[in-house]
Amino acid sequence: MNTPFTPGIAAERLAAAELQENFTDLHAPLNRHEAMVAADRCYFCHDAPCVTACPTDIDIPLFIRQIATGTPEAAATTIFDMNILGGMCARVCPTEDLCEQACVRELAEGKPVEIGRLQRFATDTVMDKGVMPFKRADLTGKKIAVVGAGPAGLSCAHRLAMLGNDVIVYDAQPKAGGLNEYGIAAYKTTEDFAAREVDWLVSIGGIEIQTGMALGSELKVDDLVSCFAAVFLSVGLGGVNALSVEGDNKSGVDDAVSFIHNLRQASDLATLPVGRNVVVIGGGMTAVDAAVQSKLLGAQQVTIAYRRGRDAMSASRYEQDLAASFGVNLLFNVQPKAIYGNGSVAEIELEYTSSDSGKLTGTGETIRIPADQVFRAIGQTLTDDGGLNLDGRKIAVTGAGRTSHDLVWAGGDCASGGDDLTVTAVAEGRDAAIDIHNTLNGGI
Amino acid sequence: MADLTTDFLGIKSPNPFWLASAPPTDKEYNVRRAFDAGWGGVVWKTLGEEGPPVVNVNGPRYGVIYGADRRVLGINNIELITDRDLYTNLAEIKRVKADYPDRAMIVSIMVPCEEEAWKAILPLVEDTGADGIELNFGCPHGMSERGMGAAVGQVPEYIEMVTRWCKKYYSKPVIVKLTPNITDVRQPAAAARRGGADAVSLINTINSITSVNLDSMSPEPSIDGKGTHGGYCGPAVKPIAMSMVSEIARYDETKGMPISGIGGVTTWRDAAEFITLGCGNVQVCTAVMTYGFKIVEEMISGLSQWMDEKGHTSIADFMGAAVPNTTDWQYLNLNYIAKAVINQDDCISCGRCYAACEDTSHQAIAMSEDRTFTVIDEECVACNLCVDVCPVEDCITMSALAPGTTDPRTGKVVQKEYANWMTHPNNPAATAAE
Repeated sequence: MNTPFTPGIAAERLAAAELQENFTDLHAPLNRHEAMVAADRCYFCHDAPCVTACPTDIDIPLFIRQIATGTPEAAATTIFDMNILGGMCARVCPTEDLCEQACVRELAEGKPVEIGRLQRFATDTVMDKGVMPFKRADLTGKKIAVVGAGPAGLSCAHRLAMLGNDVIVYDAQPKAGGLNEYGIAAYKTTEDFAAREVDWLVSIGGIEIQTGMALGSELKVDDLVSCFAAVFLSVGLGGVNALSVEGDNKSGVDDAVSFIHNLRQASDLATLPVGRNVVVIGGGMTAVDAAVQSKLLGAQQVTIAYRRGRDAMSASRYEQDLAASFGVNLLFNVQPKAIYGNGSVAEIELEYTSSDSGKLTGTGETIRIPADQVFRAIGQTLTDDGGLNLDGRKIAVTGAGRTSHDLVWAGGDCASGGDDLTVTAVAEGRDAAIDIHNTLNGGI
Repeated sequence: MADLTTDFLGIKSPNPFWLASAPPTDKEYNVRRAFDAGWGGVVWKTLGEEGPPVVNVNGPRYGVIYGADRRVLGINNIELITDRDLYTNLAEIKRVKADYPDRAMIVSIMVPCEEEAWKAILPLVEDTGADGIELNFGCPHGMSERGMGAAVGQVPEYIEMVTRWCKKYYSKPVIVKLTPNITDVRQPAAAARRGGADAVSLINTINSITSVNLDSMSPEPSIDGKGTHGGYCGPAVKPIAMSMVSEIARYDETKGMPISGIGGVTTWRDAAEFITLGCGNVQVCTAVMTYGFKIVEEMISGLSQWMDEKGHTSIADFMGAAVPNTTDWQYLNLNYIAKAVINQDDCISCGRCYAACEDTSHQAIAMSEDRTFTVIDEECVACNLCVDVCPVEDCITMSALAPGTTDPRTGKVVQKEYANWMTHPNNPAATAAE
């Protein structure tokens, strides 16, 4: 049995019981009484700011009133009608930056209505019963390919099926779910929720999932458009940006997404090796998820090193504080300069930065901190563009996800525009589905 | 999804949720938006006779009672009937009805207690194509002092007389709206029926002063330092309204008469409760004044979900279902004996049950050094006060003693047979069973 002080990268730093405790639900679900009390606080605002702030436009005051009046099932239908992954979004949405930030009670008291937890209460009520509240419309006879079974692809597939179309969803990974399954901190989606959500979502019928099918290898856009009435690409960003500093090829320098991937798929958390001193380079949610989970696995010292100031960090202040509350050290205005070690990483040198009108330069002053493991979390890239026009480094889309090809739509992280959030991906998938359906079936 | 379609007096509406005659239904703009929002029907705010319209105060018209977290529990108002021109209202009613043929459109009317006045206005209303009329015999302020509104509603003979005039000069359904500011609501309801009314609607608002400003010494709402009583409505009046509805539903001279329920309907559940007490539909005002037209979406989804869960396929399925279970005190079963039970797992040790019972009831709850609260069955009369004040739902429940067991309070064996006050030995007027 190792301890947090065991040098290098090691598994079993914590006892099984402690690991289990560390990876339980970050936010315990509300019980019925708590939900009623929380729902009572909603003012049922007119043209509510929380709805405006929600990328999927869920009618939040209505669903909260439906909870308050004893019909969480109706509340769930209100949510799922706009966001079929409302269950996952209730767990992973940065509500503190979206609906709850906009809540008028945040303005008034600094205590918003707990919209995220109420949404989970409602969606869990229905999903725990295995009820799919929607039925398919009359069949259109059209068949559409969705490439990528992440939030955008699943949302698109469900809406297409609901509108009466048949859908095949391809995914490169062995399981559907995309980042919900592989890329989000385990304590946000416990008890195999991502997989259960996929099973529940496809229970509407008309959706077939084929895994182990990757764009660029097993699948080509040209082939797909000849076999299907339309194609929706939601392949996400499979590549990871490199650090490009001296020593970044040393053993112990890994991708944060791979670390999270392995952690999510591990059947026994004790088998996961983690460094004694972990440094995560980056400032997004992936950086926070990797850092916090390293700490929860038993790393002794975990540091997030971000090249700009706190305000520029894409992880919310709430997430930053969450990381800090677990003992993660947050270093701002530092960029990696070099990684040292004899074969394996032992130390990282960080250079302080200053920003002049947004342009970042190193000040020359450096610090060195011990590091047995360094995680890259500085952004991801598209691995295959399907031969479509790009906007920057993503597939260029206009309107509801229309690409440069007439029969190809795209959404989620692989497409231009929108924040790289689960909820944004769901909205893009849903809207593309409606546009595809209308285009194929002569709708408006 | 359950069918919420309602047939009230032959007037069809897509759901039983109508807006009551009140500020929300004062003009075309509001009513169109209400229908667009999903309301099943509207009772247009009360029209008065031709001529210079009534005038309203130009200061505050509403007072309020708040619950915790500034939740609106009751509003009172001193607004009068419509202060807009009669012909403007009539033209608007006609246009809106023509554009929304599937919605119920009822016109509320209040004119002086003279046959000529009714004879004059009714053909004008008939011409709008509206589905029926509601006689405003309830407005408790401003108009009653002029011999209209509640001044008519408090005299059953006037109700009967005016209702007859309406049935004589108007061909469609006539609904009489009743005032609660009366000792026995069955009498005006019976008078309406004698006069030929097709239905009654109740309650109108209750005479009230919501608060007194302790600096200016004026009741609120205060107009230049003076206040007057207004009509009280909202969730706070629902128990009063439901009791009055149930009395009409049970009274020999009025039972079976269609009722439109009004008084604090705020959620689908309130509506369902009114309907079980015999109402064919409900009318809503304060809830929309507090939250806007949109709340009808929750009412529709909630009622329909509940009906599905209970297997009700139409409103008629459960209409009046609670009427047979509404009785008079003397018919309640005195052999039904219950005791409070506190679930220790749910108890948060606040002690509210103890304070209530120890200070104001039967000293039937014991409190230990470690704040464990337990019921003393030898003292508990099952009054339910502990249940009512407990902040945790279902933490304290009432459990009936099985027949054959001994009630530790009285030492008597619980009898299986029903027995009420009418046969109780302590009742001097009891008719002996032997």
